[in-house]
Amino acid sequence: MDTFQETVFKLKKYWADRGCIIQEPYDTEVGAGTMAPETFLRVLGKKKYSVAYVQPSRRPADGRYGDNPNRLYKHMQLQVILKPTPADVIDQYLGSLEAIGIDLSKHDLKLEEDNWESPTLGAWGIGWQVMLDGMEITQFTYFQQCGGLDLDHVPAEITYGLERIVSFLQGKESVYDIEWAPGFTYRDVRYFDELQQSVYNFEVADVPRLWRLLDEYEAEAQRLVDAYRVPEMADADKRRFPLLSAYDNVLKCSNLFNLLDARGAISVTERVGVIARVRKLAVGVAQSFLDQEQYREVA
Amino acid sequence: MLPFLLEIGTEEIPDSMIPAALEYLRSKFPGENVRVDATARRLVVRADLPARSADREEVVTGPPAAVTGKALDGFCAKQGVTPAELSVVETAKGKYWSFTRKIAGRAAMETLPEELPALIMSIPWPKTMYWPSLGGPKFIRPIRWIVALLDADVVPFECAGIKSSNATFGHRRLGARGPLPVTVSDYEQVLEENFVIVSAAKRRAKIEAEVAAVAAARGLQAKTDAKLLEVLTYITEYPTAIMGSFDASYLTLPSEVLVTVMRHHQKYFSVEDAEGVLAPHFIAIMNIPADPEGHVVNGNERVLRARFNDARFFYDVDQKKPLAERVADLSHVTFQAKVGNYLEKTARVAALAGEIGGPDAAAAGHLCKADLTTEMVKEFTDLQGLVGGLYAHAQGARRPVAQAIYEHYKPLSMEDSIPSTVAGQALSIADKVDTLRTCFAVGMIPSGSKDPFALRRAAQGVVKILADGALTVTLDELCAGDEKLTAFFRERVDYYFREVRGFAYDEVNAVLAAGYGNLPDALARLEAVQAVRPTADFEPLAAAFKRIKNILKQAGEIPAGAPDQALFTEPEAALAAATDATDVATGTYPERLARVASLRPAVDAFFDKVLVNDPDPQVRVNRLRLLTNLINKFSSIADFSEIVTN
Repeated sequence: MDTFQETVFKLKKYWADRGCIIQEPYDTEVGAGTMAPETFLRVLGKKKYSVAYVQPSRRPADGRYGDNPNRLYKHMQLQVILKPTPADVIDQYLGSLEAIGIDLSKHDLKLEEDNWESPTLGAWGIGWQVMLDGMEITQFTYFQQCGGLDLDHVPAEITYGLERIVSFLQGKESVYDIEWAPGFTYRDVRYFDELQQSVYNFEVADVPRLWRLLDEYEAEAQRLVDAYRVPEMADADKRRFPLLSAYDNVLKCSNLFNLLDARGAISVTERVGVIARVRKLAVGVAQSFLDQEQYREVA
Repeated sequence: MLPFLLEIGTEEIPDSMIPAALEYLRSKFPGENVRVDATARRLVVRADLPARSADREEVVTGPPAAVTGKALDGFCAKQGVTPAELSVVETAKGKYWSFTRKIAGRAAMETLPEELPALIMSIPWPKTMYWPSLGGPKFIRPIRWIVALLDADVVPFECAGIKSSNATFGHRRLGARGPLPVTVSDYEQVLEENFVIVSAAKRRAKIEAEVAAVAAARGLQAKTDAKLLEVLTYITEYPTAIMGSFDASYLTLPSEVLVTVMRHHQKYFSVEDAEGVLAPHFIAIMNIPADPEGHVVNGNERVLRARFNDARFFYDVDQKKPLAERVADLSHVTFQAKVGNYLEKTARVAALAGEIGGPDAAAAGHLCKADLTTEMVKEFTDLQGLVGGLYAHAQGARRPVAQAIYEHYKPLSMEDSIPSTVAGQALSIADKVDTLRTCFAVGMIPSGSKDPFALRRAAQGVVKILADGALTVTLDELCAGDEKLTAFFRERVDYYFREVRGFAYDEVNAVLAAGYGNLPDALARLEAVQAVRPTADFEPLAAAFKRIKNILKQAGEIPAGAPDQALFTEPEAALAAATDATDVATGTYPERLARVASLRPAVDAFFDKVLVNDPDPQVRVNRLRLLTNLINKFSSIADFSEIVTN
């Protein structure tokens, strides 16, 4: 039986063997692997790019103080982006399950319609949830739009829920009982992260300060988005313009929104408004990033 | 005729969209024995097509017969015929030169490659995707292979970047990998050997038989569920039923919750004992033929356990704060942005429910939305109402109150039953009418296909409850003089009587024209019209009413006043007497209608002998007044002029 880390190694190796760059997790908080720039920004434009990375994804409202066997504040996604999508993409995906020891002739696998949409990212796609013996193990999406832009090459996004897959492989009822490394369980590695972050998210976070931080990060992101649009900027300046930094600020806003939401500090009406604010920034960065592609090409 | 096979091989198509796509494909093949089929990964058409289209003849008409010489030679040269082939035809416009051209039919093998690519791409889908790049084909999911065979030959074409061939693909992970060559005759068999049952009917039958068998093996029976059966038929290629179990301790949770988890989240059939009590088992449909090592059963049991644990957690947490204490929290739950929150709605609904259904309905109205704040409803939104009813009962509410809450979203469709108690009917109506009133008040009125708040469904539910239920409140009272709302209901009432109750459209038009403010009354009038219609006098009388209506319409404004008997001729006097003598105000509607029908001889005699448009204006107006009286008196049950007669 493979440990958690062994399964991750095998998946990374599998996709590396199929031409994927193996990236490391992004270092700013994200709610999903899709939000990491390796997905959100790289899917834009004409350049081919295939990449795989594990992304710890923070969902403050899903935290359960480490008590719930299946719900986590932070869970690990293995994110695979194939741009463009190979015609045998689903076969390749099924091969990856076999590579981690799932004999698909003895298990029930179904692709059930599940289209994906992220209002905050102006992104949507068509796809499925992949069900293995009745459990959702992967979200498979053909991206159609990102940042409100039609994509030149339709990428396949394959998002594995690592805790679910490994608890399935190891036959564990609770993710905390997963063997992460020989002699160490998921609980050993992650329990206090879940407990303390839940305490912070639900009880301690300073709501007025979070609102101020949201305003600050929003202002910084907006300042950069506006600055890029100045018409008289020279090509050389466009090339070095810090749109990636602007995007980091957008990610900060998104995480703060999630924190405020978990604190119950956002009413239904406000919710729509804040989502629109983040979306405006994300769309602004995406459009500028696509424009910048022509200048990045220049040596 | 030649046997034809088309298989469009795709990635998994959403099950709900497959039947409509197949219907479309069927409509596009006018050949014989057209059969359409599908699995999640393929759309299949089989048919016998003519080897070639029939030869046809076309008559080409040339210049007038008077034309000869060079002008005629020119025509012949252009058409590629000799003057000897021409003949003269007689037409309405005179004599012309003409000849008959024979147009040879074309081989199917020639036309199909031209037609099939466009036909495939024309299948209408509710939502499409493009691939592999911007400007690429648009379809429900990527097309990965196409089999196109006419008799022994491949019909060659390219569609969505795929070249047609004779090679299909079997089950994703069973049987042979890679392309499988097939012929028209062995197609189904080759696929079955490779774990794909092409026929949806066969898969459906297999699921049904196995579900019944695995349940019977334990002395139990599966809950029939036609919708779930349809879903499972189209998300599989080789369905097989297996039974799993869960710990009986979960049966202390409301069975509605357990069934919802099993059905909606896990696509399982639930299982009952002979008394209809939920048993601690479920039946799952897998997409492989067997589970010898029990992996699939174990996996599904594990998932279900986790889900039931969640449900138990939600239930326990929810009980810590009773519904009554949750009502105040509804001020934080938005009903609709423009309209306000659920606390405000609760107050209105409780008041209206009490007014039309009494104290139990009012009490239920006060609690009915409180379940929106529970963890259970946040997780299982389609259980709203049911959860409220169950919790109310568990928390000591009186049974009629809990029952009314439990049923207050009913009827969910026209097939669904209405709430079983008067309090439930009143609460359901109060909730729906409140939604309608508040939305209409801020101008959120459905138009065309746009109906984001499902107001049509709400109104339809109100109509069904009023027509079938036991309430005394009328539609008129509920609409409270709002003309737009009243007009909106007209369409729903019309739909209900025609589509749900099966009345003829003209009878419905006739009855509704006489008013629909009281639906049980309208229903009684409709039944009477339907009963009287086949009698000998009715349709001729209806035709006469239509004639009268037209006469009155053409006459325009008629000066007010009673007809003057002194001006009557005998048939007029007879008709006036019959009109006065006929009682349409007492007795049952069929009795009243029978009396109306007995007017026919007097009406017929009038039209036989009397010319309404008499040259003497005084006489004419007098006759128009007579007819106006008659129409007014006899249109209170139905407007007979709406009845379509031969």
